[in-house]
Amino acid sequence: MIGRRTLLMTAAAAGFVPAAPAILRAAETPGVTDTEIRIGSTMPYSGPASSYGTIGRADTAVFRMANDKGGFAGRKVNFISYDDAYSPPKTVEDARRLIEEDHVACLFNTLGTPCNTAIVQYTNDNKVPQLFVSSGADKWGNYKKHKWTIGWQPSYVTEAQIYAKYIMQKKPDAKIGILFQNDDFGKDYLTGFRDVLKDRFDKIVTLASYETTDATIDSQLISLQGAGINVLVTVAIPKFAAQTIRRVAAMNWKPMHVLTGVSVSVGTVMDPAGPENGVGIVSSAYVKDPTDPQWANDAGMKEWHAFMAKYYPEGDVKDASNVFAYGVTLTMIQALKQCGSDLSRENMLKQATNLKNLEIPVLLPGIRVNTSPTNYHPIRQLQLMRWNGKVWELFGDIIEGVSA
Amino acid sequence: MSGEITAEATEASTSIRTQPSTRARPVPFAVTVIVLAGAVALTFLVSNYHLFQLTMLVGYAVAILGLNIATGYNGQISLGHGAFYAVGAYTAAILMSNFDVPYWATLPIAAIISAIIGFLIGFPALRFTGLYLALTTFALAVAVPQLLKFKGIEDWTGGVQGIVISKPEAPFGLPLNPDQWLYLFSLGVAGLLFLFAWNLIRGRIGRAMMAIRDHALAAEAMGIDLALLKTRTFAVSAMYTGVAGALSAIAVEFVAPDSFTVFVSIFLFVGLVVGGVASITGAIFGAAFIVFIPNIAEQVSKAAPGAIYGVILIAFMYLMPSGVAGLLRRLYHRLVPSSR
Repeated sequence: MIGRRTLLMTAAAAGFVPAAPAILRAAETPGVTDTEIRIGSTMPYSGPASSYGTIGRADTAVFRMANDKGGFAGRKVNFISYDDAYSPPKTVEDARRLIEEDHVACLFNTLGTPCNTAIVQYTNDNKVPQLFVSSGADKWGNYKKHKWTIGWQPSYVTEAQIYAKYIMQKKPDAKIGILFQNDDFGKDYLTGFRDVLKDRFDKIVTLASYETTDATIDSQLISLQGAGINVLVTVAIPKFAAQTIRRVAAMNWKPMHVLTGVSVSVGTVMDPAGPENGVGIVSSAYVKDPTDPQWANDAGMKEWHAFMAKYYPEGDVKDASNVFAYGVTLTMIQALKQCGSDLSRENMLKQATNLKNLEIPVLLPGIRVNTSPTNYHPIRQLQLMRWNGKVWELFGDIIEGVSA
Repeated sequence: MSGEITAEATEASTSIRTQPSTRARPVPFAVTVIVLAGAVALTFLVSNYHLFQLTMLVGYAVAILGLNIATGYNGQISLGHGAFYAVGAYTAAILMSNFDVPYWATLPIAAIISAIIGFLIGFPALRFTGLYLALTTFALAVAVPQLLKFKGIEDWTGGVQGIVISKPEAPFGLPLNPDQWLYLFSLGVAGLLFLFAWNLIRGRIGRAMMAIRDHALAAEAMGIDLALLKTRTFAVSAMYTGVAGALSAIAVEFVAPDSFTVFVSIFLFVGLVVGGVASITGAIFGAAFIVFIPNIAEQVSKAAPGAIYGVILIAFMYLMPSGVAGLLRRLYHRLVPSSR
């Protein structure tokens, strides 16, 4: 009797010891059976951000493709994604359902900065990997604070660092004016510029902010022009970016113009702004644009088109979100392959943070995914591009942001 | 002066009601006890995830009850109660994270602050009625997420980032995990608030509120102070919803502007109508609808959960035009003829 109780207690206690001996491994791999690996996600299939819902559907389709190709050491991925309507309280509910009821091995590609913020403490307290989240916020790279959470796409800070480097190289006497949206998104860019410019930031940078509720950004542009700047950095969502490009042209003002990669869509920014007004604008990219004719014969994009046709025919082949989803899921698949037969949560995190020069077919040539236990920014490279009036022309080398 | 008249009205209506209510009351009372016992028992029967859902349900029930006090019983249509929900939630979160106030102490403060704001918003509500009030309050709901991002209060609200708080542990060394404790705690708070609402509605003030709803001019002629009662009703209503917001913030452990979009107000309104307008128990059914139906809709179709949700909502309204509570009331009257 005592013997059995002691045994039970030991077993129960062992469950709480992270570095338990290998013999106990099997019991320590929630979400993994002989035939399946359960992976969970939260996505805005409904609600204000439902246009991103296609990412979840495309993720599911990529896993289906991987399963068809033989899966992972005899196991198939069972990808469970729930609709959180981009509402953080619902994300908490969904994440708890995934982890406590569905017993998923890890979360993957949970979408949205506020949604991920709502669950990051929970996943880390419970030591559940929250891998390659869909959010450009820089904080997902903070491995010291959130060991179990890692981002994927280049953060806004990284992007801003690259612009700052480029500007200083092109115009050492730059007087920079930054027009930014007054929220997280805009402030991450300021952080990036500060990282690079350091003490010079206060001397050479003039700031002008707008609120998404503002009707126009005319007065901000006039004050920046009045401040005598020669480099304009526009950190604005598409509507305001288009306004800015049009307004700057109307003012007959010709500063060097750098535009956030968030607002480079031809359809929603460049065309409404007037394609001729934006000639010479510099921005950046890391994935191949599905509407860009230069990738028509690209092997990587052909692979993506084949995937879309076979596994996600109802998806929109013009939507860059589907390209993003393909890239991020392939990254996850590589991490799972590296796990081999050890699919414990510890090893999943270990492999996800041990990706070396991974090439993803939909990333721009030369951009590779790299992670390590002290680098939680999988993609920190971007390539600059210039608007020629018709398309964005990539130029220069792949550039890397300074380490955060 | 006005007291006399309402006192008379009170007597009149009680004398009418006494007969059936003395006979009918034991059943609802027994039902209440059974439901409450069942709710407490659930603490030890269901998983932590379901307890979390039930805690959210309890919060929404209180919020809908608050909305019901203004809309159902007083006829002031509000599409902006999400704003009070947000005020309560942020009050709790700010107090817990910036001032180290214990979670339980944040509830009365959230109640007071929401009530004050509700009272102030009740003033313009005096001039607007019906659809115009609905639109005015809707504007409030639309404004809230942006107001929460306002620079001047960013040190407190955390701006777009929101505030992360931690879940309370069970006190006095009770052998409960945090989910169990929070569920029981919320249930207790909700129980008190429901009891209070029941007393309020059944009393003199409740009848005055309904009199205003049914015929404002007649109510005024009877000596009811319209301005006073309407603003105070709105304050009480906002207080309920504010406390609900605080409870939900503690359960979710996070507040952010994106948690309080205009959809919160709309869902509360949906819960109100589905549960049953002017019904106290209806609030619970309405809350259940808010919590469970989206999950069911999603199980049916991931491609268009919104459409499925809409279909379910239409089906509910078609089958139960007076809400779940209305349907139950009808069934009860049919099964127990003496209660009619």
